[in-house]
Amino acid sequence: MTELTDLGVAAIRDGVRDGSFSAREVATAFNDRVAQAKALNAFLVETPDHALKAADAADAARASGDLKPLSGVPIGMKDLFCTDGVPTTAASGILDGFTPTYESTVSANLWQAGAGMLGKLNLDQFAMGSSNETSAFGNVISPWRRKDGGNAPLAPGGSSGGSSSAISARLCPAATGTDTGGSIRQPAAFTGISGIKPTYGRCSRWGTIAFASSLDQAGPMARDVRDCAIMLEAMAGFDPKDSTSLELAVPGWEAGLSSDLKGKKIGIPKEYRVDGMPAEIDALWEQGIAWLKDAGAEIVEVSLPHTKYALPAYYIIAPAEASSNLARYDGVRYGLRDLPDGAGLQDMYAATRAAGFGAEVKRRIMIGTYVLSAGFYDAYYNQAQKVRTLIARDFDEAWTRCDLLLAPTAPSAAFALGEKSADPLAMYLNDVFTVPSSLAGLPAMSVPGGLDGQGLPLGLQIIGKALDEQGVLNAGLAIEERAGFTARPEQWW
Amino acid sequence: MSVDTATVKKIASLARIAMRDDEAEAMVPELNNILGWIEQLGEVDTSAVEPMTAVIPNHLRLREDVVTDGNCRDKVLANAPQAEHGFFAVPKVIE
Repeated sequence: MTELTDLGVAAIRDGVRDGSFSAREVATAFNDRVAQAKALNAFLVETPDHALKAADAADAARASGDLKPLSGVPIGMKDLFCTDGVPTTAASGILDGFTPTYESTVSANLWQAGAGMLGKLNLDQFAMGSSNETSAFGNVISPWRRKDGGNAPLAPGGSSGGSSSAISARLCPAATGTDTGGSIRQPAAFTGISGIKPTYGRCSRWGTIAFASSLDQAGPMARDVRDCAIMLEAMAGFDPKDSTSLELAVPGWEAGLSSDLKGKKIGIPKEYRVDGMPAEIDALWEQGIAWLKDAGAEIVEVSLPHTKYALPAYYIIAPAEASSNLARYDGVRYGLRDLPDGAGLQDMYAATRAAGFGAEVKRRIMIGTYVLSAGFYDAYYNQAQKVRTLIARDFDEAWTRCDLLLAPTAPSAAFALGEKSADPLAMYLNDVFTVPSSLAGLPAMSVPGGLDGQGLPLGLQIIGKALDEQGVLNAGLAIEERAGFTARPEQWW
Repeated sequence: MSVDTATVKKIASLARIAMRDDEAEAMVPELNNILGWIEQLGEVDTSAVEPMTAVIPNHLRLREDVVTDGNCRDKVLANAPQAEHGFFAVPKVIE
């Protein structure tokens, strides 16, 4: 018999519904697997009781014929979502000891849909990073290893690296992620799983610890496209507590899944063919084009002329918003307080923030403070927001010629921990293919396409028009059916 | 544009992050490296372009001006490093 922990969201939901197994058996199996996987450092907090309680509710609901969309499905929760009564730190020392007295809208929606929580997942500190090396609570290790026998610990991607590591290691069937510049898609690509960032405004930001509010968007990560659709349906929805929440009904994305792409035009952005891209990534991209053609789509070349300016614009806008958002950590209302002997209020602020923030967070707050400071605001911040307008226009122009875009998710396979951490710029370049769609607020998804020569997963990215998550999911499904990606990391932990 | 140690210390002070001299010195090349890279945005002609204000066209909602929340003082104070008499407590700010 298949192990319960090998099952995805749909299989668990359906199995609980038809009585193949109980929700409690599922929760127990995942709880045990989480407890045995400490070497991956994917979880910051384990919450087996939460998972069991939701499972018992699911089993009772089955008995009374009252099952909900995610009844019996235990998931992982990125530790950027505030969870009532469960410590939430954003992997930062400055929130050490913080236990929210409220629940984020996205997590509340998931519990409302019947899901249970296995625990809180590690991440890059305040979601700032692409490798999970900025967490104050240690690196997350990818379950994948190169087949060169070296056993170098690899990055699970970031910032949703606890989520990606846990899903690919079968510690949970699905998890929440958040994506500001690629933080769902790049870790999904690095670990051979799927993940979708919906249109900005689909998922409420209320109760999600803020990084860059005009970019932050929650989304699901799971092992296949259907599971992502099921999760996203539960997470999304209008929330009056978020002023940028879209007042729209949540489509039935799962019911709308279809891998028939007849009549669809897929754009290939020529500016995404960057210098120095590994031949394997290029070959996978070509393969992706062939798969989409096979699914009935027509391929057209398109141009997004301002692509090269997306990353520098992002590294002005995101730090600027972060410097403002993170001003709230002052040692007064929650989290860490560092009060040196005889210090006044200002000294307490400065000492607390010096002690609590990690190096990358400080670096970004410093950049953000600088670009917003008197005399530089126009040259940096305003110019970046104007370039952002041009980047969004590039996409609008492309949509006159095609329905979706296909590109690689990341410029390389997973790198080893420590390989890029000394050079912030090299790390930032990892998001070259994911940042433009974030700046334009568009839905985008990564699905596994194949393995590189070292046996590591590579992802393909589909970018869609605003609100066309269905188109993105459907193209993802077409690739998934043709890629037949079944590789999984060998268990060493 | 590039920054020197004095500028880094000034930014750190604006950002309320305590920074020793050696830390500020170490940050100078790091920040200059990043600032030098983002300066390429200056190449783009944006003379006829408005800065973006919202990625997805969306209107700001209004609601009735009524109290919808509150009466949760203890919850608000529950995570305070120091709370006294129903208030957040901070070091003395007035001599």
